[in-house]
Amino acid sequence: MKTSAPSDQLTKRIIACLDVDAGRVVKGVQFQQLRDAGDPAELARCHAEAGADEIVLLDITATSGERKTLVETVRRAARQLFIPFTVGGGIRTLQDAAGIFDAGADKVSINSAAVANPALIGEIANRFGSQAVMVAIDGKRGVNPPQEAEVFVSGGRRAAGKRVLDWVREAEDRGAGEILLTSMDRDGTGLGFDCELTAAVAGTVSIPVIASGGAGNAQHFLEVFSAGKADAALAASIFHFGTHAVAELKQALQDAGIPMRWPC
Amino acid sequence: MIAIVDYGAGNISSVKKALEYVGAGAAVTTDPAIILSAEKIVVPGVGHFCRCQALNLHLREPVLNAISRGAPFLGICVGMQWLFEGSTEAPETPGAALLAGQCSRFPAEVKSPHVGWNRIELTGNSRLLRGIENGSFVYYTHSYRAPLVPATVASTCYGGAFSGAIERENVFGVQFHPEKSGKTGLKILENFCAI
Repeated sequence: MKTSAPSDQLTKRIIACLDVDAGRVVKGVQFQQLRDAGDPAELARCHAEAGADEIVLLDITATSGERKTLVETVRRAARQLFIPFTVGGGIRTLQDAAGIFDAGADKVSINSAAVANPALIGEIANRFGSQAVMVAIDGKRGVNPPQEAEVFVSGGRRAAGKRVLDWVREAEDRGAGEILLTSMDRDGTGLGFDCELTAAVAGTVSIPVIASGGAGNAQHFLEVFSAGKADAALAASIFHFGTHAVAELKQALQDAGIPMRWPC
Repeated sequence: MIAIVDYGAGNISSVKKALEYVGAGAAVTTDPAIILSAEKIVVPGVGHFCRCQALNLHLREPVLNAISRGAPFLGICVGMQWLFEGSTEAPETPGAALLAGQCSRFPAEVKSPHVGWNRIELTGNSRLLRGIENGSFVYYTHSYRAPLVPATVASTCYGGAFSGAIERENVFGVQFHPEKSGKTGLKILENFCAI
């Protein structure tokens, strides 16, 4: 029985980010019926059930030597997660990445390590496929146009001496499968994504661009999916106010005409 | 026991994990003898079609023999594309040619790769997709896609319609990743395990 073909329905993705320090989620989360609010594995599962399209776990552990904790955390989180799962933070070598994949991650996110050693992008892509490599970029432009946005590394503490638009082009050429673009100007402000910068990046590469930094309300997501031309948007704190947050956000965006995986 | 064929095509731990979650015994293997005698076979795969050369070299015969004696086979992503004659991604690497047609790149007017959640349109009776609602969302990540063929049981539109799932007797294939497609994907894997 044939029905008419559906129209192009690739949905815009809503990605929940968990910032993890020494095996614990650091931002307060208020899911109901949560046994352990700081447990990344349980939180990841809750976000997935609430309707998040993807989970990113970022290890922000300041001290080195916590790698075993991270791998164990990833393993526990991956066990009950059946949506795409990305892990970032402290991945410096192909071996680091292999350990994270072995623990159950689908993608790794590399940031400073890719800037320091751009060949790492290709090494991971050759072994695990481009779809498994997300290059994360912290960009800052102040009042300058997007073309002048600069790349920062080491958690935003140091300028890398590269322009964002040059770096995304290189990252794509080297085999990156997605770009995770964080606006340092907007991060933590709740004032909305940097749509101009996001659109400039999306116009430079053909791989998907995930916007991050500045999400405060549903309108901000609507803007970054339309004017910002983002393929996905990532946020942490906005989802940390209960299981209904993702549902309400997706419903609002769908009502506004943005294709969403909703209901799911 | 389900044999998950390991031919060096990326990360396959999530496929094993998902099969185990729905209650199946699964083992990752490169051993032709295990494949030949397996109850069911899964060929996963991400990345470049040229990786199928490793499959062609050592494991093609045992996989095809297992299929001809009736073992249910599930190809995922590149593992499904391998069922076709080949792909323009790697013209020198032949597929298994159980299905007619070539896989090819998305047209230039859409962004490639196609990454994210998209709908499947059910186009035929399917054991693999039993209980799956028309228009369900599944997770895709790929730059090449298979054409619509008589065996197509689900299609997705992105730069035109392509095969999201195929099914012919004991041969099954999905271009999307059931192991990453939430409850819908788990249901599909459960269906496969029950065949």
